[in-house]
Amino acid sequence: MPVITYRQALNDAFAEELERDENVFLMGEEVAEYNGAYKVTEGLWKRFGDKRVIDTPISEAGFIGLGVGAAMMGLRPVMELMFWSFAYVAYDQIINNAGCVRYMSGGLINCPLVIRGPANGGTNVGATHSHTPENFFANTPGLKVVCPATPYDAKGLMKTAIRDNDPVCFMENTLLYGDQGEVPEGEYLIPIGVADVKREGTDVSLIAHGRAVLTSLAAAHRLHEEFNISAEVVDLRSIRPLDEQTILDSVRKTHRAVLVDENKPFCGVSSQIATMIQEHAFDDLDAPIQRVCSLDAPAIYSPPIEKQQLPTADRVIQKVLAVC
Amino acid sequence: MSATQPKTPIVSVARAEKPKTASSPVDYAKAPVNANLTPEQKLGFLADMLRIRRFEQASLKLYQQGKMGGFLHLYIGQESVAVGTCALMGPNDHAITAYRDHGHALVVGMSMNECMAELLGKATGCSKGKGGSMHFFAPDKRYWGGHGIVAGQTPLGLGIAFALKYKGLKGCCLAYLGDGAVNQGVFHESLNLASLWNIPVVYIIENNQYSMGTSLARSSAIKSCLAERAAGYDMDWDLVNGENLYEVRAKTWDAMERAREKCKPCVLEIDTYRYYGHSVADANAKKYRSPEEIEFYKQNHDPITLWENRLKEEGVATDEIIAKIDKAAKEETAASVQFAEDSPFPEVQDIFDDIYYEVDMGTEAGKTGRHFFND
Ligand SMILES: Cc1ncc(C[n+]2csc(CCOP(=O)(O)OP(=O)(O)O)c2C)c(N)n1
Ligand SMILES: [Mg+2]
Repeated sequence: MPVITYRQALNDAFAEELERDENVFLMGEEVAEYNGAYKVTEGLWKRFGDKRVIDTPISEAGFIGLGVGAAMMGLRPVMELMFWSFAYVAYDQIINNAGCVRYMSGGLINCPLVIRGPANGGTNVGATHSHTPENFFANTPGLKVVCPATPYDAKGLMKTAIRDNDPVCFMENTLLYGDQGEVPEGEYLIPIGVADVKREGTDVSLIAHGRAVLTSLAAAHRLHEEFNISAEVVDLRSIRPLDEQTILDSVRKTHRAVLVDENKPFCGVSSQIATMIQEHAFDDLDAPIQRVCSLDAPAIYSPPIEKQQLPTADRVIQKVLAVC
Repeated sequence: MSATQPKTPIVSVARAEKPKTASSPVDYAKAPVNANLTPEQKLGFLADMLRIRRFEQASLKLYQQGKMGGFLHLYIGQESVAVGTCALMGPNDHAITAYRDHGHALVVGMSMNECMAELLGKATGCSKGKGGSMHFFAPDKRYWGGHGIVAGQTPLGLGIAFALKYKGLKGCCLAYLGDGAVNQGVFHESLNLASLWNIPVVYIIENNQYSMGTSLARSSAIKSCLAERAAGYDMDWDLVNGENLYEVRAKTWDAMERAREKCKPCVLEIDTYRYYGHSVADANAKKYRSPEEIEFYKQNHDPITLWENRLKEEGVATDEIIAKIDKAAKEETAASVQFAEDSPFPEVQDIFDDIYYEVDMGTEAGKTGRHFFND
């Protein structure tokens, strides 16, 4: 199977969907002539032209709102936010318009929109550029939130997101863009709302999404090598809809859960998962649920320290050892 | 000026320049879009203005009887704007507005029944009781709401017009906003994008001189004109005397033609006035403007009276004909009240419909994963 980068996997997804459906267009700051701030859309403007790949001025509220309106009319806009951190400038458009228009119209309207871009810390760009807002958007019924960890998932989920008839917030990661992985040639789709067990195990479930999946896999490897502990790694892949069944199945098998989450701990994604596990699998637990999140402060700039602010394999291992 | 002092009526620029009757120095009745109107069409405009007024008067009563929740923003006094503009829409033209949305809804062809039922929160309402007064929608009539966040609809109107151009359709989007909404950033982003990309959107500022309790003089740095802000984006703009239906139609039509034929966006500022409070729950309705001011507008600038007078002058209408049209509007209204009162509320279970298309439709995509999180 060909090995390509996460960035290339996304690029391939765009190219295939642009080819497949006239109504798909890409829009955002620097996506066309500049080839994308992170080169995710490289070559697409050259290939598909001005109509399909469109550079915008720096007007997130304006162009995201435009995307919502165009989606209401049946187009399939794929809107890039250079960083998801900039979504706050367009928050009203995403929450009130994309998120609520179907409901407030009693189901007369739908909004087949993808809003995408990187949503991660760890690149030493300070607090304003390092937000992980998946919990904010997943908190809005009407929006979907997808956070792929691997090139394979990125491509399959992006293609599905573009074809989905509801608004999808697609959260990528600048630290993953260069990661390599096997991606089959030709068409495949990954449904939104289906988790993936990235490593089987029997002693503890590490439940994660996005880059935290890779942190968990690294921790699982060391737990096996150094402590003879068998950790299962569940990759949520999407936050809303959420694959509750796979989470509960894993916890019922291992009886222990450590939630790994680059979100902030307070009201973050892992808070919701912890609640869900105690509601539905309390009797299966042999130990309290543990969480490893970003340390609860704005993202620090200092490069070696920011590494420690995000979940690390060491912190995951400590939490696992506390319950195993 | 203190709140208790009587205020002199504010007559804004567009009105001050013009005589206080429906006739203007320029005879807009002769404009191409008006010249060939039949008497039936002219009476139809009167009928629509009266329908809006009677519908809203009835809704006010229901509100006061406690049969409605939330806000009720009445359009009364502004009827000529919706009738003068929405009635120009062709098969590829679309409209979107803010929360003062009943008038536009009735003109684009939504039924009084579905609108009144929505006000009462009934399952038979246009949004199944999920939107309320501020959120009427009829995409089949190319009416995209009904939006509660001030200026939040302005980029949506842009996107609708963008989609028309993208699909190669010759149409435009009428995107309405208030005089207060022009101060929101997203409106200015939308203006820049509209002009930069030649998007066929016609922004219509319904300048009723107040945003809630704040007069234009207290909200806009430039006081003489709001539409002129478009000049900052190299975009066409015009001022319209809203009480003259012929002028509203003529100028809006010109703007729509420029949008449809040349993809030229435009900002129109239509001068108008609301008689009631910002919403029915406007506790300060009497503080920020005087009863004399409101009375002055009712006496001298009422769009319905002016149109009636005009039609009488033209020999198109008589008192009898007008009374007949009004009676029909009242009967339609009364029937809608009955319909709304007789209709059932939605069920609690209905709360969970109309959130995700894929779930509603029972598609494969709607079946994977958990979408709702009630324990
Ligand atoms: C973003 C936002 N801020 C404030 C409000 C509260 N609000 C609703 S309407 C309104 C006044 C708007 O006035 P204008 O734009 O002139 O429209 P009009 O009510 O006169 O039709 C205000 C402050 C809101 N709905 N949305
Ligand atoms: Mg106003």
